Amino acid sequence: MSGTSDPPTRFRLTDSTLRDGSHAVAHQFTVDQARAVVTSLDAAGVPVIEVSHGDGLGGSSFNYGFSHTPELDLLEVAIDARTTSRIAILMLPGIGIREDLLRAADLGIDVARIATHCTEADISQQHIALAKELGLEVVGFLMMSHMIGPDHLLEQARKMASYGADCVYVVDSAGAMTIDDARRRVAALKAGLDCQVGLHAHNNLSLAVANSMAALEEGADQLDGCTTGLGAGAGNCPTEILVAALERSGVATGVDPLAVMDTAETVVRPIRPKQGVIDRDGLLLGYAGVYGSFLLHAKRAAERYGVDVADILLELGRRKVVGGQEDMIIDVAVELERTAATAQAAT
Amino acid sequence: MTVRCAIVGSGNIGTDLLHKLARSATLEPVLMVGIDPDSEGLARGRAMGVTAIHDGVDRLLDHAVDVDLVYEATSAWVHRDNAPRYADAGLPVIDLTPAKLGPLVVPTVNLDEHIAAPNVNLITCGGQATVPIVHAVAQVCDVPYAEIVSTVASVSAGPGTRQNIDEFTKTTSAALVEVGGARHGKAIMVLNPAEPPILMRNTVFCALPDGYDAAAVRDAIVEMVDEMAQYVPGYRLKSAPVIETEVYGTPGGVVPARVVALLEVEGAGDWLPPYAGNLDIMTASAVRVGEAMAPRPTGSAGPGSAEVSA
Repeated sequence: MSGTSDPPTRFRLTDSTLRDGSHAVAHQFTVDQARAVVTSLDAAGVPVIEVSHGDGLGGSSFNYGFSHTPELDLLEVAIDARTTSRIAILMLPGIGIREDLLRAADLGIDVARIATHCTEADISQQHIALAKELGLEVVGFLMMSHMIGPDHLLEQARKMASYGADCVYVVDSAGAMTIDDARRRVAALKAGLDCQVGLHAHNNLSLAVANSMAALEEGADQLDGCTTGLGAGAGNCPTEILVAALERSGVATGVDPLAVMDTAETVVRPIRPKQGVIDRDGLLLGYAGVYGSFLLHAKRAAERYGVDVADILLELGRRKVVGGQEDMIIDVAVELERTAATAQAAT
Repeated sequence: MTVRCAIVGSGNIGTDLLHKLARSATLEPVLMVGIDPDSEGLARGRAMGVTAIHDGVDRLLDHAVDVDLVYEATSAWVHRDNAPRYADAGLPVIDLTPAKLGPLVVPTVNLDEHIAAPNVNLITCGGQATVPIVHAVAQVCDVPYAEIVSTVASVSAGPGTRQNIDEFTKTTSAALVEVGGARHGKAIMVLNPAEPPILMRNTVFCALPDGYDAAAVRDAIVEMVDEMAQYVPGYRLKSAPVIETEVYGTPGGVVPARVVALLEVEGAGDWLPPYAGNLDIMTASAVRVGEAMAPRPTGSAGPGSAEVSA
């Protein structure tokens, strides 16, 4: 806690360093890292900490990358290390299954976040219902929300709310939203839903903190960050920067700003020192509207097939691929290689 | 003599199947069962001269004497309710839901093994598209782990598929092992809402053990794709199979490489447009299995014969 006589917090912060941050480290988190991050965030007063493979429970795979340490082992450590923080998981129907959720619930998680592409909310019905039955708090997570307008997004959010979600998130998976994009989507959900509304921002356009603050102005109840921004694409909304910026704006966060800055500097920064740089490829994700977690896979495929990572990302944007279609990175890279070989043969 | 078939379920799968059965020389659609009187599928059935009823399987069982073979095209949990009733009535079933009550069948892998089974399961559309590739690789080397990603256009996935998404992944994963021959399996399903709708895409990853023969692996996949295209004309490789060398710590152990087969299935456009290759491969397999189960012209045992206890 900040220890000052701040007004009561208007929103709740979830730190996803140990879930979305998993993408940035190719899912290589260790038990020791998980324990250190949770202990430090918990002490700083972060109310919710998410722990899972980057692609959610069951995400360890060829397509998304195999986990160094099974996510249930990381969850077990996180639950053991926390004192007041609630522990959340993410799962994507189609990748994870209800049994994964049951196993996580047995370990003692508090929050289940169920994610679908923004137009496919109805595949979450069984999973949201099961999480509610298990007594968990449930968040519906509408990924790639930049791809549809506010009215369409509300229609999908209403489905998740009707299945029992306690909160529905506008998720900017591609870091493609402008401030106005974020504001209008959060406002539409706030106006049309009885449950809570959240925003999950990425920083590919360097707007994650600004979008999160705009979301709060529209009444958002929950926000996400990752410490140092560790996460998919150019990174997430950096938790410590969001907390500092909000406190400077007179918005109580419930998190100790200096403590969370220390978490960032001493616990998370050493895991990936150069996190926070928005290089061309990270920026391209936001510009082309491509799912953030494709970035590392695209870089690897570009190297393997001798093609340009920018060409891969732009083609993925043209094809309107959605989260989960990492296999299309290979598809595009192989095609680009073939096109280049054909062009060379013709000259 | 034709085999008289009932289609239970008047959604996308059932209606696509109706069109394919109508073209079969040995199978004849005679009854279509739905639950929604206004269903487009039932209307299509009536227009094609098929008895179409909307009050569920009770009346199908009344009609049992007129039907030789049931195609279940509802959902996994509906089939779990219906299956014992078909069994009591002595009706053989080809199950197109992921209920996985009977043996799993893929025509290019094990068509003949389960012809006499009273209930055969066709896994899932993704399973029909990917299990043959795993099987082909497993013929030339050990497959410690196989994984598939099946992506279909959102508009081609009806409510049954959407509410069955866990059953899809679980049944398909099991089939990669039980029918494909991998030691471990994982299936992933993705829905893509892009407009115009995308063709069904399937990507198969097989872990390759030390000492694998790259040429043999590639050739086995290409041959299987040709075989599949015999009854699913739109089934094809998007690119030649690629072998990626890297140390992978799979659930089946650490391997030095994987083969990636990038597949596309264009449908025949019988009911939904050609993007819905997921419907096409399922119903094409269903017809293929039904034809294999049909009695030989000489009157040997088959569906509807006295061999099936009533």
